[in-house]
Amino acid sequence: MTTTSDPYAGSRETTEGRVYTVTGGDWDVTLGADLQGEERLVVNMGPQHPSTHGVLRLVLDLEGETVTKARVVIGYLHTGIEKNTEYRNWVQGTTFVTRMDYLAPLFNEAGYCLAVEKLLGIEAPQRAQTIRVLVMELNRIASHLVALATFGMEMGALTGMTNGFREREMILDLLEEITGLRMNHAYIRPGGLAQDLPEGSVEHIREFLKIMPGRVADFHKLLTGQPIWQARLKDAGYLDVTGCVALGVTGPILRAAGLPWDLRKVEPYLGYQTYDFEVPTTDTCDAWGRYLVRMAEVNESLKIIGQALERLEPGPVMVEDRKIAWPAQLSLGPDGMGNSLEHVQHIMGQSMEALIHHFKLVTEGFRVPAGQVYVPIESPRGELGYHVVSDGSTRPWRVHVRDPSFVNLQATAAMSEGGMIADVIAAIASIDPVMGGVDR
Amino acid sequence: MSNDGGEVVPGREEAGYDAATAPSGGFRKGAFGVSGSGDTSGFGGLVRVEPGGAVALHTSERPYGGYFDEVTDALIEAVGEATYAAAVRRVLVDRGEITYFVGREHLLTLVQALRDDEALRFELCSSVSGVDYLDSGGPSVGPARPRLHVVYHLTSMTYRRRIRLEVAVTAEDPHVPSVTGVYPTADWHERETFDMFGVVFDGHPALTRILMPDDWDGHPQRKDYPLGGVPVEYHDATIPPPDTRRAYR
Repeated sequence: MTTTSDPYAGSRETTEGRVYTVTGGDWDVTLGADLQGEERLVVNMGPQHPSTHGVLRLVLDLEGETVTKARVVIGYLHTGIEKNTEYRNWVQGTTFVTRMDYLAPLFNEAGYCLAVEKLLGIEAPQRAQTIRVLVMELNRIASHLVALATFGMEMGALTGMTNGFREREMILDLLEEITGLRMNHAYIRPGGLAQDLPEGSVEHIREFLKIMPGRVADFHKLLTGQPIWQARLKDAGYLDVTGCVALGVTGPILRAAGLPWDLRKVEPYLGYQTYDFEVPTTDTCDAWGRYLVRMAEVNESLKIIGQALERLEPGPVMVEDRKIAWPAQLSLGPDGMGNSLEHVQHIMGQSMEALIHHFKLVTEGFRVPAGQVYVPIESPRGELGYHVVSDGSTRPWRVHVRDPSFVNLQATAAMSEGGMIADVIAAIASIDPVMGGVDR
Repeated sequence: MSNDGGEVVPGREEAGYDAATAPSGGFRKGAFGVSGSGDTSGFGGLVRVEPGGAVALHTSERPYGGYFDEVTDALIEAVGEATYAAAVRRVLVDRGEITYFVGREHLLTLVQALRDDEALRFELCSSVSGVDYLDSGGPSVGPARPRLHVVYHLTSMTYRRRIRLEVAVTAEDPHVPSVTGVYPTADWHERETFDMFGVVFDGHPALTRILMPDDWDGHPQRKDYPLGGVPVEYHDATIPPPDTRRAYR
């Protein structure tokens, strides 16, 4: 019997038989010296993970607890909304785009409708514009509250989450009263609004304006002064102005880096230049600054809502042009939005022409002159741009949405590489991406 | 019908358009714009100019108005008269927005100047998107009228200005230089445009699919991408794909 070398155990022939010696501890010899100290670990996080803010997947290269490389994988919520709009008429497009960034549906509708109106060369009536501002600012507060709530949840401050969603519920109740739906309202339409404010809603908004400042103060008491909250957020997810602009990052992240860039101020639309409000900024460039900016923006939105209520004058909420204005005057019933009995009686019993118009507009839709426009508005997450192309037909030729979440999410690597893995969570929470908008 | 705008003309040539360069867009056939079924109205032979339909074909002449002249002058100064003339094939001012139709070989020279020149300072690339004009005859760049357009929306935060650059390529040779070196934000935009339209951005650090699965076939937002119908469990009926349904155009 010959002695064979066993890689795992040395052996020796003795008079009593073969004796094995198991030693071990030879990894450095086996693998080579250059691997010493290497602790590279590739960790997959998501797409189903409570801290990734939706169906977002992260591939993290770790050395110990330090992130050396962060790669972001998206597309899990792609629904082809842009393509879908090409096979619907211009009014139906509203019901699709509102589902993109589902935390800011009214901004999607407003951006899309402003783009269609720019292509048509029309402007919504004054009352419709004021109500658009009103509902958008309500929506901005709701969106920021979810941002704060999920921020709290991901940092482990669960009371922040329950409080945030509780406050948001007040706004959703208001929006349900105004539009008939809690989310995905399809309330803003090309040319104006689906319907006027229902009776009593103004009073309810005023009540909300009285309650909300106290709730914001509660948020400050709960989180802002809290040492753990500060320690988790400060210096996490650093990105300065140069980095923001290079990566296309806009919204609260850019303002937290110190640049007061708010499209409501720098390129006003819907009469924002006539409202009195501030653009809050900080110069910390980190998650802490973004938290403070969002909190301050809630207060500014409350100011705008108050001013919008003051200037509500009676008037039409849809353009006069009967070739564009949606004919079915809708009304709000106990089970949501539905047909107006008055309008049905008018077209079925009184006016043949009204019936023809109704039929043509609902089946065929209106035509939009050929051309292309790009309309940017300030959504809660930054520049929401609508690039809409028409070929002159009753359907959009192309609708491309520059969603701020999509662009801002690119900053994940710049914010988290070189930091600790726990700060990745803070960085992403401070970006506040909404995957419905990222993937569209 | 009272809401059928536009004059009735017997043919395109008589409307003053050169058939070789005129697009099919901007014109309507028939009286009702319906397709996918026989138009039995007797008006099926009509060809009419869309109201405002041909505006996308126009070339704007100086002065462009607003800040557009200042931007154009600064751009000419930054890249030189000869390069500008070679790079910018056509300029269109429409609805208060300016579009420069650019040849792809000069794109990088232009964006570099647009970002860095002190009089231009377009620091932010707001959006990059694709448009497939197929045979609808969108805004043309050259006589060949390539179908795939890549549209860049640039924002000057210093001067609060916006411009649009448009590059057109054919589906057979869909190569455009990547602007990620100048605007890092274009990374995901270009990946999306590649994913959806199949435009290949040369020089992009990692041009892979971003929204569709990695092994997906085809580029879904191209106009000739087949859309699926849905079989219905009733008398072998099928709901036809949306692009083949009877529809108003």
